[in-house]
Amino acid sequence: MSEAAFVARLKGVHHDYADVVALDDVALDIPSGRMVGLIGPDGVGKSTLLGLVAGVRILQKGEVSVLDGDIANRAHRNEVCTRIAYMPQGLGHNLYPTLSVEENVDFFGRLFGQSAVERAWRIDDLLHSTGLDPFIKRPAGKLSGGMKQKLSLCCALIHDPDLLILDEPTTGVDPLSRRQFWELIDRIRERRPQMSVITATAYMEEAERFDYLIAMDEGRVLATGTSDELKKQTGRTTLEEAFIALLPEEKRAGHEEVILPPRGQHEGPLAIEAEGLTMRFGNFTAVDHVSVKIEPGEIFGFLGSNGCGKTTTMKMLTGLLNPSEGTARLFGKLVNANDMETRRRVGYMSQSFSLYGELSVRQNLDLHASLFDIPKEKAPERIKEMIERFDLIDVADELPESLPLGVRQRLQLAVAVIHRPEMLILDEPTSGVDPIARDEFWRLLINLSRQDGVTIFISTHFINEAERCDRISLMHAGKILAMDVPDELRKARGAATLEDAFIGHLEEASAADAPPVEADASALKQGGLQLEQGVEPKASQKAARRFFDVRRVWAFARREAMELIRDPIRVVFALLGPLILAVAMANGISFDVEKLDYAVLDRDQSQESRSFLDNFSSSRYFEKKTPLVTRAQLDYGLQSGELKFALVIPPDFGRDLLAGRTPDVGVWFDGAVTFQAETSRGYVQGVLNTYLAELARRAPAHMTPPKLANIETRFRYNQAFLSVYAISPGVLMLLMYMFSTMLTALGVVREKELGSITNLYASPAGKLEFLLGKQLPYIGFALASFATLVALMVFFFKVPITGSFPALVAGAVLFATASTAMGLVISAFVSTQLAAIFGSAIIVMLPTLNFSGMLYPVSTLQGGGWVIGHVFPALYFQQITSGVFNKGLGFAALQSSYVWLALFCIIFWALATLLLKKQEA
Amino acid sequence: MQRSFRNIYRLGLKELNSLRRDPVLVFLIFFTFTFAIYIIATNVQTELRNASIAVVDEDRSELSRQIRAAFLQPYFKTPVLLGLDEVDRAMDSSRYAFVLDIPPNFQADVVKGRQPALQLNVDATAMTLAGNGAAYIQAIINRQLGEFYSRSDRPPLQAVTLSMRTKFNPNLDSSWFMAIMQIVSNITMLSLILSGAAVIRERERGTIEHLLVMPVTPGEIMLAKIWANSLAIILAVTLSLYLVVQMILSVRINGSIALFILGTALFLYAMTALGIVLSTFAKSMPQFALLAIPFFVVMNMLSGGTSPLEGMPRFLQVLMQAAPSTHFTSFAQAVLFRGAGVGIVWPQMAMMLLIGSVLFTMALLRFRTTMSSAH
Repeated sequence: MSEAAFVARLKGVHHDYADVVALDDVALDIPSGRMVGLIGPDGVGKSTLLGLVAGVRILQKGEVSVLDGDIANRAHRNEVCTRIAYMPQGLGHNLYPTLSVEENVDFFGRLFGQSAVERAWRIDDLLHSTGLDPFIKRPAGKLSGGMKQKLSLCCALIHDPDLLILDEPTTGVDPLSRRQFWELIDRIRERRPQMSVITATAYMEEAERFDYLIAMDEGRVLATGTSDELKKQTGRTTLEEAFIALLPEEKRAGHEEVILPPRGQHEGPLAIEAEGLTMRFGNFTAVDHVSVKIEPGEIFGFLGSNGCGKTTTMKMLTGLLNPSEGTARLFGKLVNANDMETRRRVGYMSQSFSLYGELSVRQNLDLHASLFDIPKEKAPERIKEMIERFDLIDVADELPESLPLGVRQRLQLAVAVIHRPEMLILDEPTSGVDPIARDEFWRLLINLSRQDGVTIFISTHFINEAERCDRISLMHAGKILAMDVPDELRKARGAATLEDAFIGHLEEASAADAPPVEADASALKQGGLQLEQGVEPKASQKAARRFFDVRRVWAFARREAMELIRDPIRVVFALLGPLILAVAMANGISFDVEKLDYAVLDRDQSQESRSFLDNFSSSRYFEKKTPLVTRAQLDYGLQSGELKFALVIPPDFGRDLLAGRTPDVGVWFDGAVTFQAETSRGYVQGVLNTYLAELARRAPAHMTPPKLANIETRFRYNQAFLSVYAISPGVLMLLMYMFSTMLTALGVVREKELGSITNLYASPAGKLEFLLGKQLPYIGFALASFATLVALMVFFFKVPITGSFPALVAGAVLFATASTAMGLVISAFVSTQLAAIFGSAIIVMLPTLNFSGMLYPVSTLQGGGWVIGHVFPALYFQQITSGVFNKGLGFAALQSSYVWLALFCIIFWALATLLLKKQEA
Repeated sequence: MQRSFRNIYRLGLKELNSLRRDPVLVFLIFFTFTFAIYIIATNVQTELRNASIAVVDEDRSELSRQIRAAFLQPYFKTPVLLGLDEVDRAMDSSRYAFVLDIPPNFQADVVKGRQPALQLNVDATAMTLAGNGAAYIQAIINRQLGEFYSRSDRPPLQAVTLSMRTKFNPNLDSSWFMAIMQIVSNITMLSLILSGAAVIRERERGTIEHLLVMPVTPGEIMLAKIWANSLAIILAVTLSLYLVVQMILSVRINGSIALFILGTALFLYAMTALGIVLSTFAKSMPQFALLAIPFFVVMNMLSGGTSPLEGMPRFLQVLMQAAPSTHFTSFAQAVLFRGAGVGIVWPQMAMMLLIGSVLFTMALLRFRTTMSSAH
C-alpha cells in the first residue's frame, strides 16, 4: 500500500481529439485515501482525464503518475492495473448483457486470477452487500439502470483495488438507486479506508458529499478544494451556484434562473389522451394500464428510472409500437402508424442521439426541413432561424459526432421543432447534459410552451427539471405511482423536497416487489475478516502480474462461449448454415456436362448426312433441337443461348463422302461460357472419331490409317469421374473457413462497437490472452461444423475417405485455428462490424474460389494468382482434404501442409497482437 | 406523389453521404471491382493453359521424343521427365495434373503393328482440367502417331473433317468469361451486404426509429436505400467495364453496355430488397452475417457463373429460378458476350423485376413491425 499523499499527479497534460482540445495543460495533484469528485459540464475533459489516470487511454503529452509510477510506462501499468478499478461511462457499459449477474462478477474474478474458493466468497459478499443477491441468475441486460450500476461496481471491486475510478456512475439512474449507490460506496470505504476514489458526476447535489472536488471547464481546472472551500471562495450557498460563479465571465453572462411563467387557458381537444395503455413483450409487461390526459400547451413531466416503461409509453404515443391493450389519442385522433398528417404535427426526440453523424449540423436540419415538407423557398430562412435560436452558428458546418453532448441535444431539439410542431415528445433529452446547458435547454422549452403554445411531453430523471413542469407523473415498473402538480405531490407526502417525496413512493413500490436492501456493514466487515484469515490477500495480485496466464485465457474463452450459447439463433445458423450449403453445393456444382442443346442445318438432306447426324442424336451428351432452315436461325439460336452449338452439313455431303472427297462439316460453338465450349468441342470431336472408326470398319482399308497404339486413360483418385467426389473436399474446406473466419472477426469488432473492450484495457490481461480466449470457442465451433460436414459427406453423399482419418482431423484442428486466427487479424484491423463482414467475405471468397485449388488446379497457377493462393491457409487445407478423401494419403505425405498451417497460426497471432490496441487513442 | 419522390431523393442523398464517409468501405468496393477483377481474369483459366504434364519415357525413341516435344506452350508447361517410381508421389502432391507413361519398345511395337498401349494418368480431382486436358492430350498423341505413320509413305485419309469455329469469343479466352462473371458475383455479394447492413446499422444507432416518426413511409425509406446503394454499385460496375474489362483486359464486349446497366439496375432492385428482407430477420450484425452467407455463397456458385446450370439436378435448377442472380447471369452472358438485344433478354429482365417486386413487398410488410419493436 502506498503511503504517499497523492494517488495521482498530473503535470502539463494535454490531449487532443482530431482538432478538438480535450485537456489543455492540466496540472493536478489528487490526494489519496479520499473521495475525489470531478465536476464540470459535459465535454470538458472529465472522461479523458479519468481514462488517462486509469491507464486505458494513451497519454499524448505531459506526465501522469499514478500509484507512485509513470502510467505511460507499460511495465508500471501492468504492475498497477491490478490495483486500479475503472468503471466507464454509460449504463452497464462494461457488462455482458446475456450473462447473469453472478456470471458477470465471476468473469472479472477469473480475469484477476482468483481461485474458485476466493471467487465464491467474494461474489457472495459483494452481491449480498449490494442487495443484488435475489437477482443472481438474472441476465445483466434485464436489470434496471440502478442495478446495472451496482453490478458494474461489484465487478470493479472484485479485486480489492486501491484506486477506484468511476466515470459518471449515476447518470441515468433514478433518485432512490442513486442514493443507495453512494451509501454503498461509503460502506465500502468504511471497510477499506485506504482506498482512493475518483469519480466524475453531473449531479451537483451528489458532489456535495465528496471529500475533495476538482472543478473543470474547457479542458482546464478551474478550482480545487472541498465543497465548503469552493462555496466560501465564491460566496455562494449551493455548489451548483458556486460552480457557475467559477466559470469565466462570458459564460456566466447568459445564465439566469429558469422561471416557469403561468400557463394560459386552452380550448379544444386534449393534446394527448391515453386510456389503459398496456404493452407486453412475451410474458413481460413493460407498460401496465397507463392513463394520462394532457392539455394543449402543457409541459408534462414523466419521471422514472431506466427500464420502468417511459420509453415504451412514448413509443406507443408516437405510433412506433402498437399497444397490446388500450388506446392513445393525439389531438383527439387515434394514433395510427400510417397517419402522416398527425406525424407532421408532432416532433420527437429519442433517448440516444439519433441524427445522422455523417451529416453536418446544417445538413441534418436541411434534410429534416425537406422531409417535413417545408417549402423550398421558406426552408433556408427557417434553418437560419433554428441555427440562431438554438445557438448553433459556430458549429453549423461541423459533424455532430465531434460536438459535446449538450450541443448535440440542442441540435436534436432544433430538428424536432423545425416544422413548428404542436406537440413535442422528448425522451430524456437532458440525460448527460451539464447544468448550464440544461438550463438553456429548458429556457427553450418553456419558450416553446408559453409563446408558441406547444404541448411538451418530456421524460427525465432530474428532480430540478421535474419541478419546472406543469404536472408530473412518477412511473415505476410499468405503472404510474402518482401524478399531479409538483408542489402538490410533495405536500401530499408531507416531504420536505420533491426528491424525498419520490424516494418515498419508490421505496413503497419496491418494497412490494423485493425485500428491502439491508445496509449490512457488519456483513462486509466479516467478509474482510475472512479475507485476512482464510486467503493470502495478495495472492491474486501476484498471479495477475504473470506475463501469460492460462486462467485468464480460459476466463475470456468461457465468457465468449457462454455468450454464444445464449444466442441460439447464432448457434443454429452457424451449425446448420454449412450443412445446408454443403448439400446445395455438392449437388449443384457439377462439371459433368450432359445434354448440350444443339441443332442442325442440313443442306444436303441425304442418307449419308442423316446417318452422320445419327451419331450425335444418339449420344447422351447432346440434346437435339428443332432442325434449322436458315443461317439467320442458327445465329439467333446461338445468340439467345438456346443452342450450345450448331452443325452445318454442306450441300453434296453424301456425294463427296462416297467419292472420297473429304467433305467438311461446319460446327459453330457458343463461346460465351468458355469452359462449356471447350468441353463441347471435345465431345463433338469424340463423336466424329466414333463415326470415322465405324466408317473404317465398313470401308476399304486404305481409306483410314490403321490404329497404331492404344491410349489407356486412368482417371486417378476419382475413377468414376464424378464431380461430387472432387468437389466435396473443397466444399468442406470453404465452409469451415467462411463461417469460422467471419464469426471470429465479428467477435472482437463487436466488443469495440459496444464498448465492453474497455474491460481489456483496464484488466491485467495481455492482448494475446484476450485474443486466444476469444478464439477458443470459435475453434470449437469450426470443429463441430467439421464433424457434421464430414458425417454428411461420408454417410449421405457416400464420398469415401480413402486416406488416414486422423490425418484429416489433425489438419482440421490446425485449419480451424488458422482460420479463426485470420478472423482475429481482420477484427483487430477494422473498426465496424459492417467492414468486418464485408472484409472477411472478400478475403475468404476471392482467393479460395480462384486460387486455392478448390476449383482450378494449383499446378496451373502462375504469377500473381500463384502468390495469392499460397499466402492464405485455404490452399494447404485443400491439399489435406483432397489428399485424405480422394488420394488415400496419410500424415507422411501431407507433412508440409501441416507445417504451413501451423506457421499461419503463428503469423496471424503475431499480426493480431500487433494490430490490437491495449489502450484507447 | 411528388412529395414521396422528394423524400426518396433526399433520403438517398443521405445514404450516399454516409457511404462517402466510410473510406474503408469505399476502398473495398473500389478494390473488388478493379484489382480483384484483373487478378482473377488474368490468373484463372478454365481452358487448357499451363497444364502441368510429366512424361515417363521408358522407350527413349525417336517417336517418344516426338510425342514429348508436341506438348507446347501456352497449353502445357514444358513436360518434365519422371522416373516410373516417382509417379505416385508426384501425383499425390498435385505437382502434375497429367503423367504420360510411354512403355519400353513403344516405337518398335508401333512399327510392327502390335498396337502398344500408352498410359495416361489424370488427376481427376481437378475436374475443370481433367476431362478437357485428357481429350487434348489424346488428340495430340494421335496427331503425332499419324505424322509418324505418314512418313512411312502411306497417305492419311480422313473421310470427313470438321471445321470448328467459336462465336463471340473466337479464341475461347477464359479471361473474358472470368472478368464478367466476377463482376456478376461482386454485384451479388455487395448489394446484399450493403443494403442489409445499412438497415441494421440504422437500427443499432436508433436513427431508423427517428425516421419512422416523421412523415416518411417505410416504402420511401427502403426505396431511398435501394436507389442510393444501387447507384454506388452501378458506378463501380461501369468503371470496371470500361476501364478494367475493356481497356486493360481488352475483352471484346459484343453487346450494349447501356442495356447491361439497365439489367444491372433491375438486378440490384431485387438484391437490395432481398438484403432488406434478411435484415428484418436479424437482430444484430452477426446474425445478419450468418443469414447472408448462405445466400450469397449459393448465388455465387449455383447461378451458372461458376459451374453450368445444365449440370445441376432438376430440382435445384427449378429452385435456382427463384434467385435473381440466375437470371442476371444468363442476362449478362447474353448481352455482353452474344450481343443480345432486348428482344432476346426480356424474359430475364421481367423475371428480375418480378422477383424484386415480390421481395420488396415482403420487406415492406415486415419493415415497420420489426424495426420499431426492436428495443
